[in-house]
Amino acid sequence: MTAEQIIQQILFFISAALTLGSAVMVVATRKLIQAALWLIVSLFGVAVLYALLDASFLVVVQVVVYIGAIAILFIFAVMLTQRDQRDKGPQLNKSWVLAALVGLATFGGLTFLVSSWTGFGAAAAPIPAGTVDMVADLGTALVSVDQYVLPFEVASVLLLAALIGAIYVAYNRK
Amino acid sequence: MLFDYMAIAVFVFFSTAIAVTAILLGGLFGPRRKSEVKSEPYESGMIPIGPGTRRMPVRFYLVAVLFILFDIEVVFFLPWAVSFRKLGLFGLIEMFIFIGILLVGYFYAWKKGALEWE
Amino acid sequence: MIDLALVLEWVIKSLVVIFMLLGGFAYLTWFERRILARMQTRVGPNRAGWQGLLQPVADAVKLVFKEELIPARADKVIFVLAPILTVVPATVLAVVIPFGTQVILFGRQVNLAVADINVGILFLMAVASVAVYGIVLAGWSSNNKFALMGGMRSTAQMISYELALGLSFVLVALMADSLQLSEIVEAQRTMWFVVLQPVGAIVFLIVTLAEVNRAPFDMPEAEQELAAGFHSEYSGMKFALFFMAEYQKMIVISIIAVTLFFGGYLGPFIGRFPWLGPVYVLGKVVALLFGMVWIRATLPRIRYDRLMDLGWKVLLPLVLGLVLITATGILLADEFGNSLVWSIPVVSILAGFLTVGLVDRSLRRKFNALR
Repeated sequence: MTAEQIIQQILFFISAALTLGSAVMVVATRKLIQAALWLIVSLFGVAVLYALLDASFLVVVQVVVYIGAIAILFIFAVMLTQRDQRDKGPQLNKSWVLAALVGLATFGGLTFLVSSWTGFGAAAAPIPAGTVDMVADLGTALVSVDQYVLPFEVASVLLLAALIGAIYVAYNRK
Repeated sequence: MLFDYMAIAVFVFFSTAIAVTAILLGGLFGPRRKSEVKSEPYESGMIPIGPGTRRMPVRFYLVAVLFILFDIEVVFFLPWAVSFRKLGLFGLIEMFIFIGILLVGYFYAWKKGALEWE
Repeated sequence: MIDLALVLEWVIKSLVVIFMLLGGFAYLTWFERRILARMQTRVGPNRAGWQGLLQPVADAVKLVFKEELIPARADKVIFVLAPILTVVPATVLAVVIPFGTQVILFGRQVNLAVADINVGILFLMAVASVAVYGIVLAGWSSNNKFALMGGMRSTAQMISYELALGLSFVLVALMADSLQLSEIVEAQRTMWFVVLQPVGAIVFLIVTLAEVNRAPFDMPEAEQELAAGFHSEYSGMKFALFFMAEYQKMIVISIIAVTLFFGGYLGPFIGRFPWLGPVYVLGKVVALLFGMVWIRATLPRIRYDRLMDLGWKVLLPLVLGLVLITATGILLADEFGNSLVWSIPVVSILAGFLTVGLVDRSLRRKFNALR
């Protein structure tokens, strides 16, 4: 392993721990606003994972869309509620042992499945700099007939549906 | 490529460090003389009535929803913008359709009064 | 290869940019106060040092020795976190900006940019959208109704104008055929983008004023109705950080405007003397900052509903139209000869006038309905 790969490994473990740890905090904390903030940390950890994979477009889109827009929506939603709406009930219910077992079994099964894949454990090959313009390639792929033009246009219909739905819900109750 | 992000991380680290230092400096040198009145919310001298944080109008939430939708649209625009010369007329028409569909939603929002602030 | 020299280069470049912004912030406050004073036939701060040049230092010392208050029922962690979350994005915006081409320093080829990533424009969008958090959290954690109101208003304003901001980034990406800021500057060698897309540049400047909450869009800080908006409860160094964030954002966003529309580090003799790059950037930025101060001295604050209307109903459709005009114009120029590229500024200016006319008509109608 070269020095770069070791650094990459270390960064991966740090960001994975950050993502998972803050995801646990999202469900463990009792204050709504703090749950939202931990969620942002978790989403940021995912962005770091993308950065480690050289997917620079996804890094910034992760930040722009998830952290910059969707998490803002969550914070606004929290502010629609009263302050100090703390969750006072117990955080675990009776069947938590069972749920933990199912979770562990799922994780084990997934790990088993993925480990039989040949690419498992191999380091990602670095993309040679300057050879491909990934953003332009993505743009081309989005609007080429033989590639993703239909999903792309359907995405706009989906956005339209969401828009109309949101306005309908908020305004038609009067 | 990863190196660029490391440089950004270094930059973020130092700018955070400076901000934290500034706050620590203030805590170190600033006097601390607490009193009941000082820790009241500041309302230009009036005695505060009711709780400090109240529920916000749903309108703000709706702005955030509209923002997400159009933000995703902008994000879709950017890769198209750097490759549309290669795509030529076809890419342009695709984009016109994409924008057209979203404009329907935009005018619906306008007509429904979702863009109004009284 | 990663080595010590590279890490050292990052550290030095980061520190240079950060301290440059800090110094810029300090002297921008002095600059603004002096200019505003002149415009209002006053003198402005002129006691501390020659021409009042030590005034920022005096202010900093004063703020360090101020008592810091945390309101009784505030959320303390978030209350302290908020100023940091505001100032860090304001600084980090500068990380992708090229201040010049390459120079030879200590026998090393050094890029005059900390990190010139290939998605620079999107990075700016990302950081701008993160910048909202500091303000909304400051307003929320203060446990003060005016602070909360200011924070919410400010957030709604910023996200609304972020759309027009993002679309004007698309304009630049269209013209430059790239998202990398150094390539965007290089694409302006023959012609600055402000010539090709004057309306886009104007819209960008308006939107940036709203993004940094400057007059006439300084709604979140409307003293008369909201005390001081989201930072009502802040004092001492925490207040200083908010102040710093605002002024650093002014500087950085001017640098971004210069990079995107006004040729960045380009200027005469840049090929021969690469060190002229930062000087050109500085000159152009000072000109834009002067404009911002001038606007503050001239225009009254816009009413909040009008402000949101301007963002959603005027600027958003206008920039969307400009994107289509620019894309069509570039394609026409590619197909039928280069001179057709001039259809872009012509049609854009027509669209701009049309927008102004429609706004005027709508305002007249409202006025007549009132009478």
